[in-house]
Amino acid sequence: MGKGSRASVPPSSLKSATAASPLSSQHHTKFEEALSVKEPKEKLYWKGFSSSAKNRALFRTSYDDIMEEPPYFTLITTYISYIILSFFGHVRDFYGFRWNKKAFSHLMPSNGYAALTSDWDSFWTRNLKLRIEDCFSVPTSLVPGRTVNLLERYTNDYCRSFQYTGKLKEVVNLASYNYLGFAQSTGPCADAVEDVVRTHGLSSCGTRLDGGSMDLHAKTEELVAEFVGKEAGLLVSMGYATNSTTIASLTTKGSLIISDELNHNSLVFGARLSGAFIRVFKHNDPEDLESVLRDAISQGQPRTHRPWKNILVIVEGLYSMEGTLCKLPEIVELKRKYKFVLYVDEAHSIGAIGPRGRGVCDYFGVDPKEIDILMGTFTKSFGAAGGYICSSKAIIDHLRITNHSSVYAEAMSPVVLQQIYTSMWSIMGRDGTSAGQERLSRLAWNARYLGSNLRKQGFIIYGDRDSPVIPLLLFNPAKIPAFSRECRKRGLAVVVVGFPATSIVASRARFCVSASHTKEDLDFILRIVDEVGDLLNLKMSSRKALEMGMDS
Amino acid sequence: MDNPIISVLNSTLSTVAQGIKYVPGSDIAIDYIKNSYQNDPFRVVLELGLAIYAVKYMMSKKYRIDQNHVALTEKEIDELIAEWQPEPLVQPLSDVQRMELEKSQVIVGSQGVRPKVQSTGKTLLNLAAANYYDFVNMEHIKEKAIETLRAYGVGSCGPPGFYGTLDVHMQLEKDIANFLGTEGAIIYAQGFSTIPSVISAFSKRGDLIVCDDGCNFAVQKGTQISRSNVKFFKHNDMADLERVLESIRVESLANKKRPLTRRFIVTEGLFQNSGDIAPLDKIMELKHKYKYRVVLDESSSIGVLGKTGRGLTELFNVPPKEVDMIVGSMANSFAAAGGFCAGHKEVVMHQRLSGQSFVFSASIPAMLTICSSEAIKVLDSPKGEQLIKDLHNNANTFRNAILTGANKDAIDLAGDAGSPILHLRFPSEALRAAGITTRDEETFLLQEVVDEVAVKDSLLVTRAKYVDGQERSLPRPSIRISISAAHSKKELEKAAQAIKTSFNKVVSKRNRDKYGTNVGGKKSQTTLLAGAEE
Ligand SMILES: Cc1ncc(COP(=O)(O)O)c(C=O)c1O
Repeated sequence: MGKGSRASVPPSSLKSATAASPLSSQHHTKFEEALSVKEPKEKLYWKGFSSSAKNRALFRTSYDDIMEEPPYFTLITTYISYIILSFFGHVRDFYGFRWNKKAFSHLMPSNGYAALTSDWDSFWTRNLKLRIEDCFSVPTSLVPGRTVNLLERYTNDYCRSFQYTGKLKEVVNLASYNYLGFAQSTGPCADAVEDVVRTHGLSSCGTRLDGGSMDLHAKTEELVAEFVGKEAGLLVSMGYATNSTTIASLTTKGSLIISDELNHNSLVFGARLSGAFIRVFKHNDPEDLESVLRDAISQGQPRTHRPWKNILVIVEGLYSMEGTLCKLPEIVELKRKYKFVLYVDEAHSIGAIGPRGRGVCDYFGVDPKEIDILMGTFTKSFGAAGGYICSSKAIIDHLRITNHSSVYAEAMSPVVLQQIYTSMWSIMGRDGTSAGQERLSRLAWNARYLGSNLRKQGFIIYGDRDSPVIPLLLFNPAKIPAFSRECRKRGLAVVVVGFPATSIVASRARFCVSASHTKEDLDFILRIVDEVGDLLNLKMSSRKALEMGMDS
Repeated sequence: MDNPIISVLNSTLSTVAQGIKYVPGSDIAIDYIKNSYQNDPFRVVLELGLAIYAVKYMMSKKYRIDQNHVALTEKEIDELIAEWQPEPLVQPLSDVQRMELEKSQVIVGSQGVRPKVQSTGKTLLNLAAANYYDFVNMEHIKEKAIETLRAYGVGSCGPPGFYGTLDVHMQLEKDIANFLGTEGAIIYAQGFSTIPSVISAFSKRGDLIVCDDGCNFAVQKGTQISRSNVKFFKHNDMADLERVLESIRVESLANKKRPLTRRFIVTEGLFQNSGDIAPLDKIMELKHKYKYRVVLDESSSIGVLGKTGRGLTELFNVPPKEVDMIVGSMANSFAAAGGFCAGHKEVVMHQRLSGQSFVFSASIPAMLTICSSEAIKVLDSPKGEQLIKDLHNNANTFRNAILTGANKDAIDLAGDAGSPILHLRFPSEALRAAGITTRDEETFLLQEVVDEVAVKDSLLVTRAKYVDGQERSLPRPSIRISISAAHSKKELEKAAQAIKTSFNKVVSKRNRDKYGTNVGGKKSQTTLLAGAEE
């Protein structure tokens, strides 16, 4: 890592920066990214930066100071807000069901059919999410890179429908999972993809086992396995399906799956299909995992007390809603003692974490051989689509013929394969340049710069200091749309999430930093968030004084 | 009254009382308690009891699912942990599985009607790929895709709800809805993962699904993940469907108190596992009669069946708006990727919020979206109508060539007329005569056909593949043929003859081996298995 000490970090130019948005600044024409801007040598602030557990010490942090509680006033007003919302929701429902039958028809039995959907299940989505729908599912156009182009739209009926003006609004993009900035329409990846369209077409016209296997699949699988440090790999045409169609082929009745309580829906889906018994442990808490393991192994299967056939522990590398990194070293320690099989979903961490971009193993210096099954997706760091499973050859061979996707689903498209191949090739430095390393360093620097300065500004930020996913806590439901709209108005696209996707109090905005952001972008972002934070009274952290920004 | 304890108690109580007064709203609470104490002391006791119970409930340990939890000492737990030996995660591959891995062909370069395979470097005639119109090799679609690449890049880098919805996605949704004649449509990133999400978005625990027992694996998994009550009816047997529906009706009459549950008939348009076509007109009659919603998996039939490729609704002249959910794949006839569900506005809207693989997965790359839009455009043109006609003619040409002429008894053909998916099997008599009794033997025998026609006749065919052990019931082993509009009539006739010859040859060879007069004949009963192991 070299000179990644704090001293080498340039001061934040927060105060000195002008108010102009970087979008209109002369440095960048449309779509020009950090990665294509030639900066003078002394401006290579990111040089030598990398994310790894070793460097944590420099920031005097451990992963224990991750979740900060909000002030009581905020907690109480949040609960009160939900009580008011639910009261009005029920009033709306009461009148809707009686006098607005047309809009509520799908929630009511009619003509001998039961209601299409249950009004109870959809209560919160109808009365919270749908009313601020302008903050979700915002349609975009063109490359989701350093900036993103939103389709301008307005609503005349409280978000029930939208009208489009036909215009695009370019805003700085903190919403897309474009960690390494490979979402590009120019450059080596796009060029290689264009060639492959001409030589291989766009579809493999079949499943992996039914004549849809192409030379590119084998070639890419080899590279991916080498990249993550495993014997063999298998590609699946969708990241979600990589989990949801694999787990059932690894475990059966008589197996036990122990899953982190905040695991992604795809993992839950796969686990449910498998017929295995499922238990959960507290988010990222190895102690709780151990107590679950001790209980499970000593008690055996429910009722019969027969020993479990095997135990699969499923965790994620980087939790995309919390920004927490899994405590891999502790879990690997447990694995030695309790002989379970470890499955790590690196959807967000592969490419984005670790000095060589190889995910959490790389970050913590854990040998990938210690982990039985490494899963990841290409939709994030690689700007592609789909996912992979890497493991021993025996397990991958077994999966090739039993994974539902390899047997029944369309194989990965050649264009996607090429995007994965070229981007990975570049990260590995095989292209003979340091372009891949530059992306890794930029991302590491950007993530720390934005994260630590937001903390310093006094926001409650969850997650690890090295996480490129930075959740900023909003708490009150009314601040969800307010934050999103105020940021968008000022030229910033952010993702906001609320109940039921998070716990009832922990509504948040989520920033995804990218290697394609320039320092000016980050300063612009900090300025906007600072402003909106003051406006919405979001600077609630009690640890403000303890925080060190990267300029100290 | 100068007991020190009492005075201390008094002073603390009064400070507490003072303190309470500062809490906003406390006087109301105190008033309330005072009043209720005067009017209804019994109620105070009751409320106190409730409050204590609530506290106790919150403090108590989480309840256990496992009622017969055994209390163990730490030492015993440690011993049990040391003793426990897990089974290996996967078993060694069986012979059939190993063959499955080794024999699957790899295409070099572009897919198409005549692709090159890696094993021999030869160009084969492709009867395996679902490449009905050879859109993969259509130049203008490729150019359109490259244009899209240069504007959008490859990945969308986000789920639809988080800035992953592109304008081209919305356009494709409109294109699909217009093509099929429904109110709206929603697109998913993988064809296979679509129907499980659609089914589980609507059918919940306690709801009822009546499903064709010949449905493909994705449908089976969808019914499983929904946790609904599932009843199966015999494949494409409308009398049996009616019997099931009637028995449910009678049952629910007897149990009037139960609230009305959601009920679904789930079936497939063109069955992947058999090439059969579902009698949609009959199903719609029963749907209306018994008030069920219909979920129709048209993954293989969209763009294929009907005069203009609009699928089953066109073939049976059923208004598309009456089918509640039409689910399809864009990976087959459109030669792109992804899946869709078309239906009413509410059906689509609800999936945007709770279609699991829609909400929690990145949206499909723009380039592949454009391919589907372009494919629909072609199908919707006069050129498309010709392509569809060619496909139907080709399917029937191949079918007739299998069913007539020399060696026509060597093959048992499954698949309805007009279906470009056909399954070829050994007739059971032939198997019996050759002494083949196990599924594995039959599989190896089919693989011999696959290998032989590849070498001798330059044909690329494939056995239908399934996940053994997870399918509800495995269909009999077969070779699955996919016909394309880009095949020529002569090619198909020749291919059919070659396949028939091979089927015949492989079985007669087995017969000769079995009943052969030479002494070595006895031994060779196991040669098939041994051969595959080499
Ligand atoms: C942990 C995890 N696994 C799997 C996925 C699904 O990946 P994809 O979006 O590529 O389908 C995601 C995506 O959000 C994820 O966060």
